Amino acid sequence: MRHIISIIVENKFGVLSRVAGLFSGRGYNIETVAVGPTLDPEVSQMTIVTNGDDQVLEQITKQLNKLIDVIKVVDLTEKEFVERETALIKVAPPPEGRAEVLRTAEIFRARIVDSSPKTSTLQVTGDEKKIAAIIELLKPYGIKDLVRTGKVAIARE
Amino acid sequence: MKISGAEIFLEALRREGVKVVFGYPGGVVLKVFDVLYDEKEIKVVLSRHEQGATHMADGYARATGRPGVVLVTSGPGATNTVTGIATAYMDSIPLVVFTGQVPTKMIGNDAFQEADIVGITRPCTKHSYLVKDVADLAGAIKEAFYIASTGRPGPVLVDIPKDVFLDKAEFRYPEEAKLRSYNPKYAGNKWQIKQAAQAIAKAKKPVIYAGGGVLLSGAAEELRDLAEITQIPVTLTLMGLGGFPGTHPLFLGMLGMHGTYQANMAVYRSDLVIAIGARFDDRVTGKVEEFCPEAKIIHVDIDPTSIKKNVHVDVPIVGDVKHVLRDLNTMLRELKEPWEAIRKAWLRQVAEWQAEHPPAYEWSDEVIKPQYVIEKIYDLTGGDAIITTEVGQCQMWTAQFFKFNRPRTFLNSGGLGTMGYGFPAAIGAQMAFPDRLVIDIAGDASLEMNIQELATAVIQRLPVKVAILNNRFLGMVRQWQELFFGGRYSSSDMTGQPDFVRLAEAYGAVGLRAEKPSEVEPVLKEAFRISRPVLIDCVVDRYENVFPMVPAGKGNHEMIFGQEKKSSERGLRAVG
Ligand SMILES: Cc1ncc(C[n+]2csc(CCOP(=O)(O)OP(=O)(O)O)c2C)c(N)n1
Repeated sequence: MRHIISIIVENKFGVLSRVAGLFSGRGYNIETVAVGPTLDPEVSQMTIVTNGDDQVLEQITKQLNKLIDVIKVVDLTEKEFVERETALIKVAPPPEGRAEVLRTAEIFRARIVDSSPKTSTLQVTGDEKKIAAIIELLKPYGIKDLVRTGKVAIARE
Repeated sequence: MKISGAEIFLEALRREGVKVVFGYPGGVVLKVFDVLYDEKEIKVVLSRHEQGATHMADGYARATGRPGVVLVTSGPGATNTVTGIATAYMDSIPLVVFTGQVPTKMIGNDAFQEADIVGITRPCTKHSYLVKDVADLAGAIKEAFYIASTGRPGPVLVDIPKDVFLDKAEFRYPEEAKLRSYNPKYAGNKWQIKQAAQAIAKAKKPVIYAGGGVLLSGAAEELRDLAEITQIPVTLTLMGLGGFPGTHPLFLGMLGMHGTYQANMAVYRSDLVIAIGARFDDRVTGKVEEFCPEAKIIHVDIDPTSIKKNVHVDVPIVGDVKHVLRDLNTMLRELKEPWEAIRKAWLRQVAEWQAEHPPAYEWSDEVIKPQYVIEKIYDLTGGDAIITTEVGQCQMWTAQFFKFNRPRTFLNSGGLGTMGYGFPAAIGAQMAFPDRLVIDIAGDASLEMNIQELATAVIQRLPVKVAILNNRFLGMVRQWQELFFGGRYSSSDMTGQPDFVRLAEAYGAVGLRAEKPSEVEPVLKEAFRISRPVLIDCVVDRYENVFPMVPAGKGNHEMIFGQEKKSSERGLRAVG
């Protein structure tokens, strides 16, 4: 099963590699990881998406908690949460496809953040389904490049 | 007043009460060795290899319970400690390993003797520091000792660049280490402990399975209380030996791959397994589904990641063994069950198993049986010695035939199984206890992995003894090849081993040899009389095997037995 884990860590060098090493050392895969500062400059927040059965996840969570620089670990999958991801998609549609690309962007509330004579770059934010859907729709028009931030997630109150 | 990083280092060690540093110098740590040169209180033991230094610190830590301290240079000095660190990590031994590093500005440039030792050791340390500013040095050292020795202990590495040793700062040593993200919990959950007490009261066929956690937490007395109150038999893991008296009537011996028949059968048939400071290692459980198929499991461990890692647990208790057992024993005493009467049938069954296959070996008048050497060491010392072992058959026979009655008297590499551990560990233990008899029971091949430390023992005037069970084979490898590879001894024949007596003499130590069974006792007696390092070359039966044995992948009840079936009177009497 897919799990989204939110981790609060000390903002120190080497923390990311400790967390990543814990996954790789056990042959667990990280699907996405996003890291950023929090309101407290000494503390960072990581959102990790990973796969595994309940037993694997229980081990991962316990092992993460055991790392000295980890302050808190929450498996959001057990809770109500909101998740978002941003993707930048560069398309190079043939002239007759340009209008269609703009229409698709509009439907998905994507913004054109850059354009050149031959390409347009769209920025889209949403949950996993939305990102997957827009990629699917844009594919026929020639996706030249695709960059995703990885998920960030937050618990609902 | 500002002092140099090297002086801060020294002052911090003093504050931590460090008595001995095991180390080896090199370019980037010259300043700190220079400061140590005038130091009176802290002794520096110069090893002959950084791996040796690390195992010495480990042996010191296992024998005393205090963290062992290592100081080495950058690059190769640091990488040479890796096996020692991994050995300590697997057995949860507190070490603080200081490595020099190239100057801060050069880190990452592939500078001369640069190694990313923090990166290399990340998976085998409890935590690590790269100190980039002299102002952070004292705090990092304080935290390193705190982390190494609290909770589930383990090795901590502190990497210190050359310029940090030279730079100056005010010395401010924190009173205590406070980490918001690390607060080991010692007391167990009361409600869970009550569940455990109730399960124990209900059980008909309970067995205690205890491991190294008992020793790490200093809970031998509490474990004994638990067993005696409830009349539950106790089996120990390799790492747990010494945590419960080896001569106690409730003691079943070691369990697992080379455990006793009674211990493995008792667990296999039990209806309640009380796992204490043990982690269901695969060498202990055999085929895990058949370890204790009919039992409920209570598991006490300070490390939550150990619980439910390999087996389902009915009553998990996260906490320090000593704390938890105290609470548990109090509750059990209050229950006032007629424990002896309840336990009669079960203990009778256990005794039957013991009678069926007692530990034994076939005696010979011509050739020395390795087990006999161990029995003799036990007889002659009355068990009052610190025993280390190397890895392989020598280790298993020691676990089977020496009776450890006291904690911290059996030091061996259980988790990693590091050949070459025993001898430097014996040196470390002897540093801590100069007046005790310290003996490494060694395989000839393992000993060679750190034989260079004989120089250290001689120079430090440490009277360590090494009893070599010299079979001129990688004995344990040969045993597996005999049993599972049709006797094809590929790369396991060590014929051509050096003359260990002359080798000892070359180092300035004493070498003795026993070639016949009748020579074992006099040679051992002589060795124990000599107050210098002695290598005792016991030329033993080359083809002796360790039995009983659970073949890999089998259940523990499917043990195979060897020559013991043909045991002569002598053999049985010797070990019965
Ligand atoms: C560093 C290391 N390399 C290899 C092994 C694999 N191994 C386990 S036991 C053993 C043989 C040990 O031989 P010896 O020290 O002579 O002891 P014996 O088994 O003969 O008592 C080997 C090679 C190991 N445990 N450690």
